[in-house]
Amino acid sequence: MGDNLKEFRHKDLLGIGQLSVEDIELIIETASSFKEISTRDIKKVPTLRGKTIVNFFYEPSTRTKISFEVAAKRLSADTVSLTASGSSMQKGETLVDTANNLQAMNPDLIVIRHSSSGAPHLIARHVEAGVINAGDGTNEHPTQALLDLYTIWEKKGRIKGLEVAIIGDIEHSRVARSDILGLKKMGANVTVSGPPTMVPRAMEEMGVKVVYDPKRAIVDKDVIIVLRIQLERQGRRLIPSLREYGRVFGISPEDLEKAKPDVILMHPGPINRGVELSPEVADGPFSVILEQVTNGVAIRMAVLYLLMGGAR
Amino acid sequence: MLFIKNGEVVDTKEGIIKHWDLFIREGVIMAMAPWGEMEIPDGSKVIDAKGKIVAPGLLDMHVHLREPGEEYKETIESGCKAAVAGGFVAVLSMPNTRPVNDNASVTQYIIKRAEEVGLAKVYPVGAITVGQKGETLSEFGDLKTAGAIAVSDDGRCVMDSGLMRRALEYASFFGLKVISHCEDVNLSFGGQINEGVVSAHIGLKGIPPEAEEIMVFREISLSKLTGVPIHIAHVSSRGSVEIIRWAKSRGILVTAETAPHYFTLDHNEVMGFNTLAKVNPPLRTPKDVEAIQEGLKDGTIDAIATDHAPHSVLEKEVEFDNAAFGMVGLELAVPLVLNLVRNGVLSLPDAIRKMSLNPSKILGLEGGVIELHKRADICIIDPDVEWEVTPEEIYSKGKNTPFLGKVLKGRNLMTIMGGEVVFAR
Repeated sequence: MGDNLKEFRHKDLLGIGQLSVEDIELIIETASSFKEISTRDIKKVPTLRGKTIVNFFYEPSTRTKISFEVAAKRLSADTVSLTASGSSMQKGETLVDTANNLQAMNPDLIVIRHSSSGAPHLIARHVEAGVINAGDGTNEHPTQALLDLYTIWEKKGRIKGLEVAIIGDIEHSRVARSDILGLKKMGANVTVSGPPTMVPRAMEEMGVKVVYDPKRAIVDKDVIIVLRIQLERQGRRLIPSLREYGRVFGISPEDLEKAKPDVILMHPGPINRGVELSPEVADGPFSVILEQVTNGVAIRMAVLYLLMGGAR
Repeated sequence: MLFIKNGEVVDTKEGIIKHWDLFIREGVIMAMAPWGEMEIPDGSKVIDAKGKIVAPGLLDMHVHLREPGEEYKETIESGCKAAVAGGFVAVLSMPNTRPVNDNASVTQYIIKRAEEVGLAKVYPVGAITVGQKGETLSEFGDLKTAGAIAVSDDGRCVMDSGLMRRALEYASFFGLKVISHCEDVNLSFGGQINEGVVSAHIGLKGIPPEAEEIMVFREISLSKLTGVPIHIAHVSSRGSVEIIRWAKSRGILVTAETAPHYFTLDHNEVMGFNTLAKVNPPLRTPKDVEAIQEGLKDGTIDAIATDHAPHSVLEKEVEFDNAAFGMVGLELAVPLVLNLVRNGVLSLPDAIRKMSLNPSKILGLEGGVIELHKRADICIIDPDVEWEVTPEEIYSKGKNTPFLGKVLKGRNLMTIMGGEVVFAR
């Protein structure tokens, strides 16, 4: 910030794919300067006073929704929150109609979480307001990837050249997809891992390494990102049981010993304790899971600020 | 009386272009002779086709006319208008209407409406199973008597192999062609686009090509078992081409069609969640596109059909998962097929044959040729005109095509059925 040469030329944040390395660096730098605001007694600056942000969550979410709301309020924006059950979606209104109606109220930004991949893109094509993708189906969750990148950068001082393993249901994870795109862009080496029913073969074509066994995938890693496991997807089981997943693919303290001594362990939450992570690991010395949540607010403040024109 | 002079006349039987003039009277081709050798009979309407392709009227063996039941997407009238605009004199209408065409009443209704419209000839395809539910055979005898030409559960696959065997056997008794939509629905379950690098990248559930190929192989096996010919609809993958090529080399009675989008576009079209490129089977990889072209070239794929699938914005301006599969094709087929000719994949007569004589033969129909004393069903194509695909340029009610906004080269100019000009631009 304060560097007038840097400009953020985006109306929407739909995915990590649209961002350049410079964009990501700018977001992280901005977040890092905003982080301090959350530690003040009076946690509010007037930066976005008079701006209206609509949080539109078609899918249940605790942490992301609250994180966006807190971020907006710390910047003094007015926020309105809608959930699927309270919206006209229940009355059969189409997504485009909903978007057009929201636009008619002239919001500055629409933050959307939706169960269909590409839904934020559809809305962005129909509204003048900026659109932030807060997670769409199994496509992307860009602000999660940005807060992950920020956390890694904060802990390691760099991202380039780091060895990162992402473990879990890669196929159905929007976090994995955004993390892969972001980490690759910033020069990290990415390995994905999990049972073959959850790791599509085409992942290799995206430039990542596939090592199905997490216990091998974590060897000599600087960063381990573990994903939440769901037993069923679209009514079909990808694994026989969570019990077996935990036994074969879950991460224990002994497993972590094979990673680098200064490894950091991340998880986008919510955690299934005893499934993808043993409780000792989740609460252990390598875990930065709660710091991710703190950084999430700073990253979302930065994204809101930059999309609304930043220093301009 | 029509006199078409100076045209490049496509002889689909001999596979050559003839520099001939045609004289048409009483609905048939009365005389043919090299350019300038024939006197123009008095009272003839003269059509100068210099630089134009004069081809047999085209036959599209895979069209969704949506009537009865979904008239907001297309009607028999709008669909037939689109057909003749695209150079087609006949179409096969698939049975997934509402109600499903699994009985004589719906078949008769379609034929009656098409006759009232009086444009392209419509050959109804009956459903293999009642309600396309894959459970019990429709009354093929009734369907045949009412005028159905073939049976298919198009859009769905008959998953029960025993039932499909009975369908082949029973259909053969009535001389009904069996057309198969090949898709193992357990393997493709929930799928939106081709399974591959694009689906991995944008997080849409993939449909592996194997979902098609498994069923292509099953249909070939059932054809071998029963000795009844089978026609494979909309071939989209390299593996399917290879399996069909192998089956033909073994003398199994299989024929196949593909659609212009499968030899033109690949799965990168859906990047950015473009629902207009959502189609089933899905657009595959560039390697599959190449294999489809190879299959057309070596004759593995006999026919080009459009799988014309009109939808309204209600089905397309929605979340990708909720968007309908399908794109319109009747009015875009000619320029896209001409691209294959320009790229050296097919000769012009071969290309035209795959949209006229070959599907006619597969279905046991007359037509697909320009011959002396035969019915004058003809289309005249300008191979060089460039035009932009816009909603206004399309007669179909469905404007759903990923080619919107693109400039295509070549277009049908005039369609003649039984000596009457039914379309001219």
